[in-house]
Amino acid sequence: MTMAVAGTETNKGFIDVRDMGVTFGANDDKVVAVENVSLNVQPGEFVSLIGPSGCGKSTLLSIVAGFVKPTLGEARLDGKAITKPGSDRGVVFQQYSLFPWLSVRKNVEFGLKMAGVDQSKRNTTARALLDLAGLLSFENHYPDQLSGGMKQRIGIVRALATSPQVLLMDEPFGALDTQTRVVMQEILTNIWQQFKISVLFITHDIEESIFLSDRIYVMTARPGRIKAEIKVPLPRPRRAEMTDTPEFMNLVQELKGLIREESLAAMAPEIKDRGLSGFGMKVGPKGVGEIF
Amino acid sequence: MGSLASAKIVALPMVEKHSVPEPAVAAVKPPAAEISATGATANASAPVAVAEIPVPEPEPVPTVSLTKVLRSLLAKITRERIITAALACISIGALFLFWYLGTKYRLEFYIRFKNVPTPYEVYQQLTQVGLSNKYLVNIAISVRRILLGFFIALSIGVPLGLAIGKYQRVRDLFMPVVEIMRPIPAIAWVPMSIMLWPNNEASIVFITFIGAFFPILLNTIHGVHSLDGVLIRAARCLGASEFRLFLNVILPGSLPHIFTGLAVGMGVAWVSLIAAEMISGQFGVGYFTWEAYSLVDYPAIVLGMITIGFLGLACSGIIRMVGSLLMPWLAFAPGGKR
Repeated sequence: MTMAVAGTETNKGFIDVRDMGVTFGANDDKVVAVENVSLNVQPGEFVSLIGPSGCGKSTLLSIVAGFVKPTLGEARLDGKAITKPGSDRGVVFQQYSLFPWLSVRKNVEFGLKMAGVDQSKRNTTARALLDLAGLLSFENHYPDQLSGGMKQRIGIVRALATSPQVLLMDEPFGALDTQTRVVMQEILTNIWQQFKISVLFITHDIEESIFLSDRIYVMTARPGRIKAEIKVPLPRPRRAEMTDTPEFMNLVQELKGLIREESLAAMAPEIKDRGLSGFGMKVGPKGVGEIF
Repeated sequence: MGSLASAKIVALPMVEKHSVPEPAVAAVKPPAAEISATGATANASAPVAVAEIPVPEPEPVPTVSLTKVLRSLLAKITRERIITAALACISIGALFLFWYLGTKYRLEFYIRFKNVPTPYEVYQQLTQVGLSNKYLVNIAISVRRILLGFFIALSIGVPLGLAIGKYQRVRDLFMPVVEIMRPIPAIAWVPMSIMLWPNNEASIVFITFIGAFFPILLNTIHGVHSLDGVLIRAARCLGASEFRLFLNVILPGSLPHIFTGLAVGMGVAWVSLIAAEMISGQFGVGYFTWEAYSLVDYPAIVLGMITIGFLGLACSGIIRMVGSLLMPWLAFAPGGKR
């Protein structure tokens, strides 16, 4: 029944980013956010982009989404250069982005309405998607009546409603508490397996990226470059128990090492002198104040 | 070691926090179990949720029964509502009591009740004049002026406000002139307005318009600016064209602020209208009140004032009602009624 919604098992959804460079500001205020990044997402592949905060991973996603133009290089979707946002790329944001004035179902219908799909077809599609998200009984509620996890599930199916070739997700579970997050990851893998579309997933959560992805790109601290590319050989479908297997643990260790170097590098200017030594400092009965 | 201990202390309350939204966790594995479990989660925030759960089944045909209607009406009389109504009576009653006592004993302590008519005199005035043609025509004329001025202000202020809010260039073009005109009170426009417009009626409507226009315009601009940018980005990647963006995102998104502007604008429109009618008018409630003063018809002054009060109340009540009809979602918004 859900396949009726998607109807997309094609070879489409090939994201190709080449020699990308992004610079913000000019002259003295110039900040190089992303430098010389090349990456790709194969059709139907789940790829994560992970890196320390401020490494430009969200900037990269904004470029693929079409919100930001790169300074150098280009991003292509199925060979066509990306210049502006469009419904061929579904985007799920970190912040809740449901329209508060629309009911849950109308939110899911939004993209179809923009595409000129008639009311009854919109309705059927939206209800099928809400059923998939387990939220059909909330179709007439307003977003403000729902919990954060529910809002993000609706955000995901809303992005899927227009049958996009790719799904771009910018730390979609970042605002959720740990337990809801784990559950949402499982839901997402399930949905992804049904739709078989390409996903570019931004996160800073190591376990999350391994659990979800076929492949992970690790980025360096600013200016963001690709530091490593890691394949995740875990079988599909992914199950919560897999996080306890040695393979999973090894991958976590490997990624942790890579990320830690970069996180330290990212924070270096701030913690160069006192901060780093502070990790090992003794705190007396009067607290930190004593040392200064 | 010390730092380790302090870290632990910090971590503890966080663990507690994480364990709070447990119901959502239970909600996951099979989709079937999900509905009921998530229903329980939403229940906390929305009591309506439970009633609406069996959605896919066809709804039974609603039947009207008198006892049901009566029972639902009775159910609406809660303790809370009774208290609210009682307090409202006390607040209005106190005003009347003060007025009554003041006029009865002809109080004089700096303010003078010497010439103030008693409530009964005003009531008599209402029964004599109240149904007279003259009085009703004055009301009708004032209401027409308000509606004209207000709706012209609405139909220019809202679209212009949306455009100024959205486009930097439009803003750069219009804002300087807006900033210069805005501090000029509508009443200060009276002489100029009489010179500008061919007849009295048009100049009064113009003054009412001026009063309503700026609050509507500025609140609309503010509404566009306070719209969360992520909603615009979300709409654009769902394929919304520029026009659709205005119609389906920016307009509904700014609606709460627009209605604030309409409510304020309506208030200022009444102030401006009454002042304009008093200075330059023929007809209208403001004219009625001022004429009563010149004719030393004191009860009619108070009747005019009370009439203005009720008309203003009715207008802002209508705006509020239309607002809550157009924006049902606000009842659930953070900081909303619930």
